[in-house]
Amino acid sequence: MSEKIHAPHEPLMRVVKRGETSSKLKIGVRLLAILLALVIDALFIYFVTGLNPFAVYGVMIGGTFSTTMRFSWAMRDLSSLLLIGIALAPAFKMRFWNIGAEGQVLMGALATAAVMVYYGGKVPNWLLFTAMLVASVLAGALWGFIPAWFKAHFGTNETLFTLMMNYVAIQIVACCVNIWRGQASGLGKLNMKSKAGWFPQIMGQRFTINLIVVAVLTVLVFCYLRYSKQGYEIAVVGESENTARYAGINVSRVIIRTMILSGALCGLTGFLIVGGRDQTISTGTAGGNGFTAIIVAWLAKFNTFTMALISFLLIFLEKGAAEIASAYNLNDFASDIIAGIILFCILGSEFFINYKVVFRSGHKEVC
Amino acid sequence: MDTLIAWILRAIPFGTIIMYGAMGEIVTEKSGNLNLGVPGVMYLGGFAGFASAYLYENTVQNPNMAFCVALSLVCAFLAAMAGGLIYSFLTISLRANQNVTGLALTTFGMGVANFFGVYILDGRTATQSMVYKTFQSKLPALSRWGILGQTVFGYGFMVYAAIVLAILLHVFLNRTRTGLNLRAIGENPATADAAGISVTRYKYLATCLGAGISGLGGIYYVLDYNQGIWATTGQIEALGWLAVALVIFTTWKPLNAIWGSYLFGLLYWLYQFMPTLLGFSVPGYITDLIQMVPYVVTIVVLVVTSLRKKREDQPPASLGLAYFREER
Repeated sequence: MSEKIHAPHEPLMRVVKRGETSSKLKIGVRLLAILLALVIDALFIYFVTGLNPFAVYGVMIGGTFSTTMRFSWAMRDLSSLLLIGIALAPAFKMRFWNIGAEGQVLMGALATAAVMVYYGGKVPNWLLFTAMLVASVLAGALWGFIPAWFKAHFGTNETLFTLMMNYVAIQIVACCVNIWRGQASGLGKLNMKSKAGWFPQIMGQRFTINLIVVAVLTVLVFCYLRYSKQGYEIAVVGESENTARYAGINVSRVIIRTMILSGALCGLTGFLIVGGRDQTISTGTAGGNGFTAIIVAWLAKFNTFTMALISFLLIFLEKGAAEIASAYNLNDFASDIIAGIILFCILGSEFFINYKVVFRSGHKEVC
Repeated sequence: MDTLIAWILRAIPFGTIIMYGAMGEIVTEKSGNLNLGVPGVMYLGGFAGFASAYLYENTVQNPNMAFCVALSLVCAFLAAMAGGLIYSFLTISLRANQNVTGLALTTFGMGVANFFGVYILDGRTATQSMVYKTFQSKLPALSRWGILGQTVFGYGFMVYAAIVLAILLHVFLNRTRTGLNLRAIGENPATADAAGISVTRYKYLATCLGAGISGLGGIYYVLDYNQGIWATTGQIEALGWLAVALVIFTTWKPLNAIWGSYLFGLLYWLYQFMPTLLGFSVPGYITDLIQMVPYVVTIVVLVVTSLRKKREDQPPASLGLAYFREER
């Protein structure tokens, strides 16, 4: 009976949720994460290529900033990525995993292109643009509505459903492109002669309208999510569906409404890409931005202004890597690796914002 | 009849690629981790397998092909596991969001494989490893048995290994304590934790081993299906997503993956063989729509299972959610 009773073995360290995090800490942790990523990337560059990483980073900056032309191209690509991110924000805030942005953008682009092909030059320009806009928004909204309806009524897993919808959309686009190109090897620019449905050039660029729309939507969606009643409902549904139900929010209606909005904005992006950037359509119109935008929206915690920063960072990396590739005879895929490492670091850093690690010795004093 | 045989001969190797991918993802998802990095992991596996075989062949005087096969398989498995480990560390230990981490892993894996692939290609558009002949070697006696021999025994060893693996996984998940523990974690980690199962260890092991299995799909694609040719294309990515689709189609059961993957293979190659099978030609744009069929079928399965609400057909209940003991 003289055996001592041992206290249960206490772990060396344990994890505790932080109550509140100051914005100073949040920014600090993220900056540290990016710094760490840049160091890892530098090591990677050095060991693989033997190049001086600082020189490489210097070249990288040139990818976006060396000429005004470069910068405006970066802005053009940024606008597509950011717009999709903005479109995803409401859905993600609702914790609805809309992985289907790629498909929603493609459907919007397809609807736009269809109007251009069948009505270009036959109706006045203002009517054509209106038709393109309406068609693209409807097509995107439809692609968002289908999985949302099934989720709201039967609880169908939305991540997997929207993922599959991407490939359905890709094949539909491939089919239509095949029809429109006829005997030609490629589709080429639509309405090459009449330029019907092409955005007018403003300040020398057709995509100026895209930039304006992105800027406006960044503010609008921010306000929608932060200050409107619907934005509040989205937040409540996202935090806890049961709470939302208890508070009298019609959850399935909010889900469907938000996904229609998200899909419609994706469709609008398709319209802007076709009208303002490509003037044509292919299965690569969305170019993987639908997937990258998911990362953008999540990392920015649905704040559209932060999204602008993160999309800029990613586009900067992409352009920079392309620049490195041509300067040092490497290849473009370096940008995927560099971006991947940065994303891993930022994703991992979220942990230190939400949790803190308590070591054994520190614990005793509390007791 | 010849068309039918040719069709089957195309479909089964194609199915085997995504079968490996899907089986790995089933193991991963059974632990509650939705790893959308399958394409990336398959890239890592395919590349590491190819690179090790290629380097071994080109550095050793008299390469032993059996050793080369083993070496490439081990390298593929380990490289894919490394991808799984990154994912596990971020989502399990650091509780990062699973969907986003998975997508980042896809980008990363694709980047690594293609970036280093360029060094191996060394300016060429494609390069070949000779070990594919060993991968593709058939049982000489059986594969000559007419139609049956051709369609049943006419493939490399990894096709049969995949079937064996599926049966083993079925037994593992349904008949062993470890497998049941794993499924318990995917359904309700808090309950499993209370029952004394180490949630973290199981999740790590399931995700890493699952990634390794998926990686075998990548090596099968490069060293058998693609005749040992490494070319920098986006093909593996599409296959990876198809593998994710197949997981849903099988309703998370490895045995269904056997026939499901072959069915996907048949559907995928339908566009090429349907015209001759039916005796009339279809215009090019119709073939695009036919290629859509595997995805539409997957959506239908997804909707039907959610409608029928049969307990055994549902996704693991805590799929996609991080587990934190102190949270409730």
